[in-house]
Amino acid sequence: MKIRSSHFLETGSRTIVPTLLVVSVFLLVVGHNAPGGGFVGGLLAGSGLLVVFLTGGGRAVEDLLPVRPATLIGSGIALAMTTALGGLAFGGSLLSSGKLDIDLGWVGKLEVGSALIFDSGVYLVVTGLVATVLLRLGDTEGARR
Amino acid sequence: MTSWFVFIIVGHGLVAIALALMGLKRRVAVLLAAAPLGAMFLWAITATVTGNVLDGGALVAYLEWLPALGVSLSLRIDALSLIFLSLIAGVGLAIVAFSGGYMKKADPPGRFLALLLLFAAAMSGLVAVDNVFGLFVFWELTTVTSFLLIGYDDRKGSARAAAFQAMLTTGLGGLALLAGLVLLSHAAGTTSVAGIIAASPTGGVVTAALGLVLVGVFTKSAQFPFHFWLPGAMAAPTPVSAYLHSATMVKAGIFLLIRLAPGFAGDPIWVPLVVSVGLVTMVIGAWRALRQTDLKLLLAHGTVSQLGLMTALAGIGSPAVLHAAVAMVVAHALFKSALFLTMGTVDSAAGTRDLRLLSGLGRRLPVAAIAGGLAAASMAGIAPLFGFVAKEAAFAALIEDDRWTAMGVIAVASIATVGYALRFWWGAFGAKPLVLESTSGEEGSTRPTAGLVIPPLVLAAIGLVFGAAPGGVDRLVSAAAPGGKLVLWPGWNLALALSGLVLAAGLLVHVQREFVSRFQRSAARWAHERVGMPSTERGYESAVSGLNRFADRVTGIVQNGSLPIYLAIILSVTVGVPAGAWAISGGGWQGSPWAFSAAEAVLAVFVAVAAIAVTRSQSRLAAVLLLGAVGYAVAGLFVVYGAPDLALTLLLVETITVAIFAFVLMRLPRRFEVRKWRIRGWVRGTVALGVGVFVAAGTLIAAAQRTARPVSEQYADLAPGAGGTNVVNVILTDFRALDTLGEITVVGIAALGVAALVAGLRSPTGGRT
Repeated sequence: MKIRSSHFLETGSRTIVPTLLVVSVFLLVVGHNAPGGGFVGGLLAGSGLLVVFLTGGGRAVEDLLPVRPATLIGSGIALAMTTALGGLAFGGSLLSSGKLDIDLGWVGKLEVGSALIFDSGVYLVVTGLVATVLLRLGDTEGARR
Repeated sequence: MTSWFVFIIVGHGLVAIALALMGLKRRVAVLLAAAPLGAMFLWAITATVTGNVLDGGALVAYLEWLPALGVSLSLRIDALSLIFLSLIAGVGLAIVAFSGGYMKKADPPGRFLALLLLFAAAMSGLVAVDNVFGLFVFWELTTVTSFLLIGYDDRKGSARAAAFQAMLTTGLGGLALLAGLVLLSHAAGTTSVAGIIAASPTGGVVTAALGLVLVGVFTKSAQFPFHFWLPGAMAAPTPVSAYLHSATMVKAGIFLLIRLAPGFAGDPIWVPLVVSVGLVTMVIGAWRALRQTDLKLLLAHGTVSQLGLMTALAGIGSPAVLHAAVAMVVAHALFKSALFLTMGTVDSAAGTRDLRLLSGLGRRLPVAAIAGGLAAASMAGIAPLFGFVAKEAAFAALIEDDRWTAMGVIAVASIATVGYALRFWWGAFGAKPLVLESTSGEEGSTRPTAGLVIPPLVLAAIGLVFGAAPGGVDRLVSAAAPGGKLVLWPGWNLALALSGLVLAAGLLVHVQREFVSRFQRSAARWAHERVGMPSTERGYESAVSGLNRFADRVTGIVQNGSLPIYLAIILSVTVGVPAGAWAISGGGWQGSPWAFSAAEAVLAVFVAVAAIAVTRSQSRLAAVLLLGAVGYAVAGLFVVYGAPDLALTLLLVETITVAIFAFVLMRLPRRFEVRKWRIRGWVRGTVALGVGVFVAAGTLIAAAQRTARPVSEQYADLAPGAGGTNVVNVILTDFRALDTLGEITVVGIAALGVAALVAGLRSPTGGRT
């Protein structure tokens, strides 16, 4: 359910939310070399979800998310865990890192390090946490109005 | 060779997963479950024949686990291990085959067989591992899996209670075992079991350590005064009882005794404690077995008694007696599993296992009667069965060693053994003139399927083969414990005469069963009324309920439900303990130099004002917003110090927290309730000020106490090598990635906790505070 909608917030959210989500992914990707990373990125995506929640309620958050929050958390942990074990599989020790350079022509070069995949797991877990809390605590049924 | 062993153990686990997840048909599931057990059996045979195990050698493999702590999963498989491995796998095969026909039609076999395989894997690991910590891990794994097996019928309260009792008893013993093993390995200077036995250290610490190890052994092998859990565990399905109480679980303790005896039988505590406990257990078990009318309980008490015998033999520990003990382990595994399975056949054919209600089943179940007869004869020690050979070896060894007290007690208890062996067979299959001939239960007059009669027959027949030609088994037994020879015909000697006497007396006990049972009843009454004999099971119950009451009371005091009091206690302890330590150590002050910039000063004032305003606020929402302001100002401090990552994170955390706080507040009254606080204002103020001063002073002092180079300096140098220039992120995803992995797991669990808690709050009474 909506908490209290305002036209200002609703109109603003249409530009704010996509921006927040894109920037959150940007922070995740650049995180290894510049301020950012999976944790901050996840929190920013979470605040994007917060804006969605304030304007559209829990239903809108559920519509926006491709999967349930618990699935986000679970796949995040699984992704990080797989990366950690990947170090073992490629002959290194647990959690040893490696990276792959992908040449994207005029766009530039993309470095996909195992650290980035690991960080993506963190991103998913944090986003999932915020989504869970929003959907659970924000559900104002039974709350005082 | 050993890598195959590891593969097979892993195979147990994989097949168990497959069985648990796939709803396989009964026949397919049984075949699948038999595969890893069969592989293990073949492996054990191959390892025996091909290696140098029969000459006293061992298969050794070194598997690292936590090298820094001396924890490994190193394997050392010698003749004793191989004897146990073949028993675990061989008897396991019979159990799996039997349970295919025994378990109820409505019950999908997957979960049961999966648990059975996991248990078998844990047990196989236990007898093969050489490291004390590995041993402990497998020991506890058998405890946990046996808990699940005993409580398999989880809708029955008695089964759950029995499983809990077994786990609590053996689990507590397991902890004592761990402590004992740690002390032993410390005294010996190695964590290898073989190394500890070779070093066989002595001294007071070793004696104490052995005492602890023996507590573990006695709980696992159901020795007095921990013997009560085994009869209780009869709530388990019959195949489970047949497996746990013949070849596995309870034999883990005996295994460890036999393993340790060559190294530690000289310790002052060993012989008196182990032998007396074993003998007492043997007598108690035999006495009780004679009184039972439930065939399964009869076998259970009989098992306690036999375990007592094996414990006493391992306790004496001389080579010849130990040799007999190993033979007894093999004999007991074969005849006891066959007896339990036969009892299961009778139970499922007649619908009862009360020997007062059974009559004339021998004619209807001839194959089961033969299997049961062979096994009971082996238990009674009748030639030419393997039970006879093993018992002869034990008698001869005891006489040779001049252990006359033990010999006497064992002989008397063996009379009872003969008595209850006869009682079992007569009770299950005999025709009783005063009892109606047993008609079939609900299953109808269908004869039991082959799956129900063949496995016990095979087990009993192996006992016959081993007994008739003990030479082959003796090579393996002698390799495990050199010091004797198993023969079917020892020649005319004292041991044989004693065996004959025991048999005759046992027959008399059975013939005069009316008299014996009257005598037992009056003896029990006398013990109960005149002496007030304490029951160990009663002791267990009152210990458990006393512990529960104690926990209740402590919880009532510590968890009184007031959040302010919780906070006050937590904060006071946090401050009080280090501050107390600081005061005791002399209360010196060596702080860092005190310097700050203008920007910091402004932010500090801002933080202070906002924090004070929080405490003065009358409205919850205002208080939350002010807390957020404190957080933003602290983020500003991070910016001043040049930590953009931290600042960014804190800003976002504060934003989201304020929003979530607001959601929570919607469930609460808008204003703080005006009520009498349980804690007065000045107390709260003192605690708060104390925490503030403590944190500030602590930071200043701690920063001045650095003696080593900080780790973080290296991080900055190493970060580019790890492929990143943002040190914070490289730390999180690379240097300390294991921490991060742990943290996100905690975050995930916390999210699940929030979901579950809030769902729980959504009760009909609405939002509660």
